[in-house]
Amino acid sequence: MELLVSGSVPVVQKSRWLTVHALAVFAFLYLPIAVLIIYSFNGQGVGGFPPRNLTLNWYRILFQDGPIWDSVLNSLTVAVSAMAIALAFGIPAALALDRAEFPGKALFRRLVLLPLILPGIITGLSLLMLFREVNVKLSLVTIILGHGTALISVATTEVFAGLQKLNRAQEEASLDLGANYWQTFWRITVPNLKLSIIGAALLIFTLSMDEIAVSFFLIGRDNTLPLEIWGRLRRGITPEINAISTIIFVFSLAAIVLWYRLRVGGQGTSQVGAELTENTIAGCDSRV
Amino acid sequence: MATTFDPAFTNSTQTNAQPLLSLRAVAKHFGKNIVLRDISLEIAEGEFLTVLGESGSGKTTLLRILAGFEQATAGEVWMAGERLDTQPPYRRRVNTVFQHYALFPHMTVEENVAYGLRIAKRPSSEIESRVSDALAKVKMSAFARAKPSKISGGQQQRVALARALVNRPRLLLLDEPLSALDANLRRQMQGELKALQREVGITFIFVTHDQEEAMVMSDRIALLRSGELEQVASPREIYSRPATAYTAQFIGHTNLLKADVRNGVATSGALSWPTTAPAGAGLFSLRPECIRVADSSAPPSETSLPTTVPATVRLRAKLRDQVFHGANELLRVECADGQVLTLRTSTRPAIDGNGELELEFSPADAVLVRPSEERA
Amino acid sequence: MFSRAYRVAITVPPLAWVTVFLLVPYLLMFCYSFWSVSESQAIVHSWNFSNYRELATKTVYWETLLRSMWIAARVTLFSLLLGYPLAYFLSFRAARRKDLYYQLVITPLWVSYLVRAYAWKTILGTDGVLNTLLQYAHLTRHPLDFLLYSPFAVVLTLTHIYTPFTLLPIYASLEHIPRNLIEASNDLGASPAQTFWRVIFPLSIPGVLAGATFAFVLSLGDFLAPLLLGGPSGIMISNIVVSLFGAAYNWPLGAAISFCMLLIVVGLLFFSERVEKKWSFS
Repeated sequence: MELLVSGSVPVVQKSRWLTVHALAVFAFLYLPIAVLIIYSFNGQGVGGFPPRNLTLNWYRILFQDGPIWDSVLNSLTVAVSAMAIALAFGIPAALALDRAEFPGKALFRRLVLLPLILPGIITGLSLLMLFREVNVKLSLVTIILGHGTALISVATTEVFAGLQKLNRAQEEASLDLGANYWQTFWRITVPNLKLSIIGAALLIFTLSMDEIAVSFFLIGRDNTLPLEIWGRLRRGITPEINAISTIIFVFSLAAIVLWYRLRVGGQGTSQVGAELTENTIAGCDSRV
Repeated sequence: MATTFDPAFTNSTQTNAQPLLSLRAVAKHFGKNIVLRDISLEIAEGEFLTVLGESGSGKTTLLRILAGFEQATAGEVWMAGERLDTQPPYRRRVNTVFQHYALFPHMTVEENVAYGLRIAKRPSSEIESRVSDALAKVKMSAFARAKPSKISGGQQQRVALARALVNRPRLLLLDEPLSALDANLRRQMQGELKALQREVGITFIFVTHDQEEAMVMSDRIALLRSGELEQVASPREIYSRPATAYTAQFIGHTNLLKADVRNGVATSGALSWPTTAPAGAGLFSLRPECIRVADSSAPPSETSLPTTVPATVRLRAKLRDQVFHGANELLRVECADGQVLTLRTSTRPAIDGNGELELEFSPADAVLVRPSEERA
Repeated sequence: MFSRAYRVAITVPPLAWVTVFLLVPYLLMFCYSFWSVSESQAIVHSWNFSNYRELATKTVYWETLLRSMWIAARVTLFSLLLGYPLAYFLSFRAARRKDLYYQLVITPLWVSYLVRAYAWKTILGTDGVLNTLLQYAHLTRHPLDFLLYSPFAVVLTLTHIYTPFTLLPIYASLEHIPRNLIEASNDLGASPAQTFWRVIFPLSIPGVLAGATFAFVLSLGDFLAPLLLGGPSGIMISNIVVSLFGAAYNWPLGAAISFCMLLIVVGLLFFSERVEKKWSFS
C-alpha cells in the first residue's frame, strides 16, 4: 500500500481522481439528508431556493401532532417486540447452524436468511396470505410477527459470525469445570457473544423502526411511523415530515456514537454492516 | 499445599492393586475414519502418564473422550470403580488444562480460577481461600485481578493449571499445555509441572507430540500410533527396550539393522553379532550412542577368548559426515557393505589414512524389535 | 461435545418458527397462485393454471417485468460505479481515516428509506429544490419536468439507497486481501494498474457479486420509490402486485406474479453463489 501511494506520477493522478470521486459520492449520499434537515427549518415549506425565513414552526406543529406520536409509540412497541422475537429465535438458530446436524439443515439456513435478501413485498404478502387463511385480524401483532420473522435473519447472521470467533474450547472448559449446558450458555457463550448480540439488537431495532414493505401489507388500524409518513406523503408534502425525520436522524446518530463507544470498549472494529451484507449473500449461498 | 488439595490424594507414588482409571477396548470412529481402535490401558492413582504421538495419532481424541467432549464409539472407561464414559463432562471429577488454555477472556484471573467452585456453589469464604491458595501455588497471586489478555503465555498456562487443580479433580488432563511456549520457558515449566504433580499427587494424563518432553516428565509413556497403542512403558524401558521399529525411531534416534539370525548369530551385511533372538529374519535397533569409537590400542577381544560370547563387536567403517551438536557429535559412517550407521560420540574420533574408523558395540545393545508396517 | 438435549433445544424452536412463518407462507403463496377469485370476490380453492396462462399471454406483465429488470440493472450498474472506487479508496487510500469514512458510508443507512426517497422528491419536483435552484441561478427559465415522475427519478433514488449496500461487501472483500500480495505484485515488477487488474480486482469479485446481487434483487422488488417518484412511466412489477392485492382484488394472480419474482430471485442467488464460489480462493 505504501508502495502504491509513494509511487510515480500516474499513481498520484489516479489517487486525486479517486479522492474527487469519493467526495462526489459522499455528496450524492448526503445531499438529500442535508436538504431534508435544512428545509425542516424553512418558513416557506419544502422546496424553493434559497431557503428563507428560518423557523422552528414545523417542530412546534409536530410536537402537537397526536397521530404522529401515536405512530412513533406503535413503532417503538413493534421494534422492541420484534427485537425480542428475532433474538429469541435467531440466537438458537445461529447456534443450531454452528453446532447441530439435522435433516434439512441446508434448507433451514437458506430459509432463515432469505427475508434479508428477498424484496419485502414477497415476505409481507406471503404472511398476509397466512394470516388470512387462519383468520387472524391484522393489527400491530401481525406486524410484530412479520418483523420478528424477517429479522431473525439479522440476529442469526450476526450471532453466527460471532460464534465463528468464539473459541469452542472455552465452552468445553466451562463444562469441564462442572457447569452444565444451561450455565455454560449464560456464563460463557452469551458474554462472549455480547457484542454480536448488542449489534444485532441495535440493527434489528433500527431496521424495524424503518421497515415499510412488510408492514405495508400487515397493517391493521394502528399505523407505524413509516406508514403514518407514507399516508401523509400521499396527501402532499409537509415540512413536518422533514422535522420528524431530522429528529430521528439525530437519535440515530446518537445511537451510532453510543455503539461506537461500546465497540471501542469491546474489541476493536468488526464491522457489523459489512459483515451483515456479506454474510447475507454468503448465507443465502452455502457458506454459513 | 495440603490446605489446598484433598489430603486423600496426596499419597502419590504408591500403585494400588486397583487402578484409578481403566480404559477397556475404547474405539472412536468419525464416520468411516477410525481414529482410535481397541485402546486398553490402566492408570494408577498418582501416576504421571504421557500419551505421546504424532499429530493425527488420536491422542487428543483420547483425551477428549476422558474429558467427556467426545463419545467413544465402543469400549468403556472406568474411574475408581465407576463408569466414567456415560457421564456428561460436568459430572466427572476430571479437569482439563486446554492446549491454548481456554481462559475466559471476560473474567479476571481470579474469576477464572473461582469458576468451578462457584458453579459447585461452595461457600464464598471457602472459594476465596481456595482460589488464593491455588494462585499462590502457581505463583500468580499478584495477577489475581488481571484479565487473561494482559498476562503472558507462561502466566496463562499457570492460571489454567490453577483453574483446573482448585477443583481437586481425581484426574487432570493436560492437552499439549506447553506447546505454545518458547523453548526455555518450556523446559522450566516441564520441571515445575512435574514437581507440582508430585506435590499434589493427582493423577496426570499429559498429551504431547514431543518425545523429549515425554521422557523428562512421565512415570510411564503410552505411545500412540494411528489410533493404536504401540507401547506403554516407563521412559527408561521404552527407550532402551523399544518393542517396535516405530517406537525405536520415534523415541530418540536409532539404527535399524535388518538381520538374518542363524544358530544364535545375527548377520546384517558385513556385521554379525551373537543374539538370543529366534532363528529367521529379525530387525534390530541399535542406538547411536551404543556404537563407540574403539580404543585401537586394545586388541579385539575375540582373539584372546574365541569360545565365549564376545563383549563387543568390532567393525570398520568409512566416515561419511559429521554434525556438531555441542555436547556430542553425530557421525554417519558407511560400512564395507554399504550399510550406513549413525553414531553419537563425545570425542573427536581418530581417523586413519583411508578415512576409516574402528568402531565397536555390545551385542546386548542390539534390541530385537517388531517391524512396523506402513500405515496411513 | 454438545449433548442431544442441547442440540434439540437450540434446533427445534427456530425450526418450528421458521416453518410456520416462512416455509408455510411461501408454500401458501405457491398454492394461491393456482387458485382464482369468484364473482363474489371469494377465493376459489380450485387448482388450475389460469393465472400463469394470463401472465404468459398478457404483454403488460412482460413489459413491466422487463422494465423493472432494466431499472434494477441500471441501479446495479450505477451503484457499482459509485461504490467500487469509493470502497477502493476507503480500503487502500484512507489510511487512518478509514473508520471515519466507513462510518460516513453507513450513516445514511440510518435515515429511513422512505424519508430519503421523499427527500429526493422534494429535490426533483417542478417547484422542488433543484428546479428553483436552476432558475435562481438563471440556468433554466422553466422547470425541468423530466426530473420527477420518471424512470430517471426511480433509478436515481434507488441508486442513492443501494450504493452503500453495494459498497459494503466490496469493501469487506478488499479488506480481506492480504497486503503482502500487493507488495509481492509490485516486487515482481507490476505497475499499480497491473496490480489492480491482475491481483486486486479478481480477488474482490466475490464482494462485487454480493453487492450487485443485493442491489439488483432489492431494486427489482421495490414498489415504494415508483409509487412516490415513478409516475406512470416508472411503474414496476411490484406495483402491479400491490394493486392486485388491493383495489383490483385478485390475490391469486398477485400470488402468481410474486411467486415468479421469488423464482427469479432464488435463481439469481443460486447463480451468483456458483460464480462466487469459482472466484473465492480461501
